[in-house]
Amino acid sequence: MAIKAKAENLNFFYGGHQALFDNNLEVEANRITAVIGPSGCGKSTHLRIYNRIFELYRDQRAEGRLMIDGVNVLDSGVDVLELRRKVGMIFQKPTPFPMSVFDNVAYPLKLHYKLKGGELNDRVEAALRGASLWEEVRDKLKSGGLALSGGQQQRLCIARAIAAEPEILLMDEPTSAIDPVATLKIEELMLELKSRFTIVIVTHNMQQAARISDFTAFFYKGRIIESGPTGTIFTAPSNPKTEEYITGRFG
Amino acid sequence: MKKRGFLFRKSVDIAVRAFSALAVALAAAAMLWIFWELFARGGAALSWSFLTNPSKPYGIPDGGVANALLGTVFITSGAAVLGVVPAVCAGIYLAEFRDTPKLSAAIRFAANVLMGMPSVLSGLFVYTVMVAPTGRFSGLAASVALAVIMFPVVMRTTEDMLSMVPYALRESALALGMSRMRTTLLIVCRSAGNGLLTGILLSLSRVAGETAPLLFTALFADSWPTDYFSGPTANMPVLITEYSTNSPFAAMHAAGWGAALTVTALVFLVNMTSRILFREKHHGN
Repeated sequence: MAIKAKAENLNFFYGGHQALFDNNLEVEANRITAVIGPSGCGKSTHLRIYNRIFELYRDQRAEGRLMIDGVNVLDSGVDVLELRRKVGMIFQKPTPFPMSVFDNVAYPLKLHYKLKGGELNDRVEAALRGASLWEEVRDKLKSGGLALSGGQQQRLCIARAIAAEPEILLMDEPTSAIDPVATLKIEELMLELKSRFTIVIVTHNMQQAARISDFTAFFYKGRIIESGPTGTIFTAPSNPKTEEYITGRFG
Repeated sequence: MKKRGFLFRKSVDIAVRAFSALAVALAAAAMLWIFWELFARGGAALSWSFLTNPSKPYGIPDGGVANALLGTVFITSGAAVLGVVPAVCAGIYLAEFRDTPKLSAAIRFAANVLMGMPSVLSGLFVYTVMVAPTGRFSGLAASVALAVIMFPVVMRTTEDMLSMVPYALRESALALGMSRMRTTLLIVCRSAGNGLLTGILLSLSRVAGETAPLLFTALFADSWPTDYFSGPTANMPVLITEYSTNSPFAAMHAAGWGAALTVTALVFLVNMTSRILFREKHHGN
């Protein structure tokens, strides 16, 4: 199996407070890696290093190495705009831009590629189909993205993220603000998407991790306690802390 | 456990509601009263020639307010051009670029002081730096004075409106590979667009009625505002003040009321137009 991304001795700081300690994790290509653990354990913090989105906040700092395709993306020489084309992200709450459904998806395309009119339309349709949203919005491409339902908005954000052809998709609790039926749709979508993308998902929902992921990493107090194939983590964890969390004794 | 009676809670609820309703009624009544006075006293002065003729010197009949109306439009538009763009940029800096918190705090403090400054000071300031050295009153000087008044208001409004845009939206724009500037201008400002424009229009309609700064800068002229850049420029607030306080002629008093009614109608029109435009834009989005 090919390793797409690899965290090596990652440490993370919010000002003077250290939030991650020596994180080591291998993310396999075209697989879903789930990151689980109790609230405040550093799951999202870990994820937000992959596309360097934490750099928006001036007191946040990462140390160590995060290799993607053999390149340490934390190196100052790495172009962050190109990195973020390659590494897309879906957030907890849907965040459609205040523009039409079509423009939401066309925006990143126009940002990164030179496309002619017809080609742009085809790419937008392909991205919306890829996010299982096309049939629902084909007649309202010109209406506002904010007018869609919560689940549709989240799939619009997925379409927007996959439009620019990234290689890795980061998902930060993508279904925690979505109803169960829409959640199921998004989970099915993730299983389809993994043939094209490498997915890392942070989730609070252990059933979700068990249902969809191939690999699972268990975080506790900023450290990766255990990681490995999801089946092993959930049925035969080697660390007692992992077992306690999996069986619902804390968290 | 003893249950608490509903009676007290209900009566407090009713009392607060009644008080709020009374407060609204008072405010609305004051506004209606002002409108009533404006119509009763100024309505008779309104006519086509009143709106299309320029003003005439004291005692000469058939004077209108057209030159003052046009002058006010020039002066206010000039203030918008000079004041709004830098104020919005400064507001963006305060809200989006937080690398210099001490500088930002100092700017905010200065803006608060500026906002509390009497508007006449802005007029005096521009008088000493623009009018006295050149020896010329001008519409442009008035625009500068009004821009100085607008600047802190628009800057703080911009900062407040942008701060209300959730950080998740900035993050998702950046996560797509957008640059910081593009994210700010095309996503954050666009999301806050409604509030931004409302703030700008409110401050514009407020300075459109400023009188004191204009006395030191634009002054007044009975001619069309052709020398906006270099000479005294007719404008509504000074016309209203002059006609209502300095003239012995009843016809001019009436014209002053007519002018006041015209300005009020204009401000009302600008506000309504922007609201309607906005609503359509919002729904079409």
